[in-house]
Amino acid sequence: MSGAQGTNLSPEESAVVSLPQEPDLHIFAAIVENKFGVLARIAGLFSRRGFNIFSLAVAPTADPSYSRITIVVDVHNTDVNQIAKQLDKLVNVINISELHPSDSLERELMLARVGAADLEAVTEVISEYGGEVLDHADGEAIVSVSAHPDRLDRCERQLRPFGLHVLQRTGRIALRALDADEPAVGMTA
Amino acid sequence: MELTGAQALMRSLEMSGVEVMFGLPGGAILPVYDPVLDSSIRHVLVRHEQGAGHMAQGYAHVTGKPGVAMVTSGPAATNIVTPLCDAFMDSIPMVVVTGQVAMSAIGSDAFQECDTTGITMAVTKHNYLVTDPADIPRIVAEAFHIATTGRPGPVLIDLPKDVSNATMEWYWPDDVDLPGYRPRHEVDPAAIAEAAQLIRTAQRPVIYAGGGLLKARAAESLRELAEMCEIHVVTTLMARGVFPDRHPLCLGMPGMHGNYTAVTAMQQADLLINLGARFDDRVTGNPAHFAPGAKVIHVDIDPAEHGKVRVPDVPIAGDAKVAVEALIEALRPSDGSAATDEMADRSAWKSTVSGWQEQYPLSYDQPSGGHPLKPQYVVEQLRDHTPDDTIVVAGVGQHQMWASQFWQFDHPYTWVNSGGLGTMGFAVPAAIGAKVGRPDRTVWAIDGDGCFQMTAQELISASAENIPVKVGILNNAYLGMVRQWQELFYAERYSEVYLSADHPDYVGWAEAMGCVGIRVESAEEVVPAITKANAVNDRPVVIDFRVDTEEKVYPMVPAGGSNDDIILGPEGDADAALKGSAPS
Repeated sequence: MSGAQGTNLSPEESAVVSLPQEPDLHIFAAIVENKFGVLARIAGLFSRRGFNIFSLAVAPTADPSYSRITIVVDVHNTDVNQIAKQLDKLVNVINISELHPSDSLERELMLARVGAADLEAVTEVISEYGGEVLDHADGEAIVSVSAHPDRLDRCERQLRPFGLHVLQRTGRIALRALDADEPAVGMTA
Repeated sequence: MELTGAQALMRSLEMSGVEVMFGLPGGAILPVYDPVLDSSIRHVLVRHEQGAGHMAQGYAHVTGKPGVAMVTSGPAATNIVTPLCDAFMDSIPMVVVTGQVAMSAIGSDAFQECDTTGITMAVTKHNYLVTDPADIPRIVAEAFHIATTGRPGPVLIDLPKDVSNATMEWYWPDDVDLPGYRPRHEVDPAAIAEAAQLIRTAQRPVIYAGGGLLKARAAESLRELAEMCEIHVVTTLMARGVFPDRHPLCLGMPGMHGNYTAVTAMQQADLLINLGARFDDRVTGNPAHFAPGAKVIHVDIDPAEHGKVRVPDVPIAGDAKVAVEALIEALRPSDGSAATDEMADRSAWKSTVSGWQEQYPLSYDQPSGGHPLKPQYVVEQLRDHTPDDTIVVAGVGQHQMWASQFWQFDHPYTWVNSGGLGTMGFAVPAAIGAKVGRPDRTVWAIDGDGCFQMTAQELISASAENIPVKVGILNNAYLGMVRQWQELFYAERYSEVYLSADHPDYVGWAEAMGCVGIRVESAEEVVPAITKANAVNDRPVVIDFRVDTEEKVYPMVPAGGSNDDIILGPEGDADAALKGSAPS
């Protein structure tokens, strides 16, 4: 797996890897049985089939016997249908669907420890993205922003000049918009 | 009724219809071996856990029933990983039970602990770690359901020792409830109609028959379709026997060592009707150059095979037998006229194909005087001096290709081999499993000397259990296929491929294992030795056929090359390296 949420990316690299409009990033939503080892099965499948996970978010659904997984996949050199069909072969995967950015709602959460010698300026940036300052001391602040990953990328770039000391992003989660058509790829979601 | 987990496991296997299991006890699986003594299931004790897995595979190949193996934890589990992977690649239904250390010890690097479910995740259709004895009947029922339905495959059940020892209240589930597992059996009528239309209009159609037809028990349906439409059939390595070699429409095996007509007919086809095959690289050669003018109908029960290698014009997801019967239905005229009346005129194609068959038959040069002994001659004599429905089992390498090429397969389920994984050492244990599954049949393993040395110890199991298999070793004193590649692609620089014809002494070794051992050094000794072997029915027989060390397998398509660049015989060797690279 390649996580793109590390802190060591230059702004340029960051801009390249996290552009949500990149044509080779696809979002899959899978409902899986909430059992131990299921995540390993999915991660193992991606690794042995040569599929590249860009980000992954997992948590139980309203029914705790199932989990919903949002997987963002870099489908460069990979057939999107192959990914969906191979995933669907896993016995613990109940269903899988592709979510198209145009008809989905996406959110991602970011926590960051930033330089805050000028706390007011940091607060101004964060407020612009609907985030908040959770903590501040000794010229540093911990901020929290929840937004479309696209907006988070912009927020991240604006925070860089303050000094981005620790960055943790959760990877995106997504739901199909209420008025969206049913998915083209395979199964129900 | 209260049972221990161990008793519940054996009871569940009995309820699943298991008649035979192959295995070897050890620490973590000890509790289960006690109720083995009281079970109706026959247990065949192996000498190495890999043997148990391949025996289960051989059994499954010839019976269509799931093969069952049981071994202990740690090294036993790792020893059975190869058969699991082999079964996964060739879609063989198999259920393997492994012992595991007690739940409380898992993760502590306990004696003979290994993460068996973690290790086997990539080589099983599904696997289970049992954590509660009450789950055992449900898990066993699910395991057999998963192993045998949809695209068959191996399922592993890892059973911790304390779970075996704990008790549960016995039950047997009426049904399995697997919300994430819905194998698709039925086919889409629209896709069938579209496929039927392609079949009607095709001028150069070829049926590309794969192992999925055998899994679907579809040999008769295939024959009906081929005869009704008068379409030639190639049978892949996994599908040998699904369509009779003696049938006038049969073109035999395609691929890297396929015959010229099968390979070239596919290359020049305008329609490939793929029934349960997966466009394996050993069939397609370089996929970019494979059958460039062909439209593709692809029937596969696993929809992930559609477009994995070649994008089909008409994908049909579903059971191969259901699909073939739907095609027959769609193509059969309602007025009783011949189906071919509604099809394109294929007379030119048929005469082209028969011209190739005439011009480029499989052949080899039989030296005058019969020396050196040719391996192909041995296979031909075995073929001609054994019962028609003999089951043939091969390992992997040159001998496997010669067996597939020179045997005549006229019946389904008479050919057992390791196709996808290419597991050397497969033949001896798989033959034993096949003989256990079909004791009424003569079972011959055609093996290589390199392969035989990997798993020969299972002949001790066969002797001990009175399983009279016969093994013909095509002993060329080399890892022959590797030698062939080194000759053709590495400028005859032979690196680590010489084995010696005399060490081991195969006759002495066979006898030490309780078998009859026979050595054959010349052509005139071949038939008498086979006759003698066929007459032995109370123990295994091993014939050490000393064959030509330099014989190579032809035809050959160099890997990475196009199937158009097929090399027919030694006269083409000079071009081999130009046409492709060493096979990978």
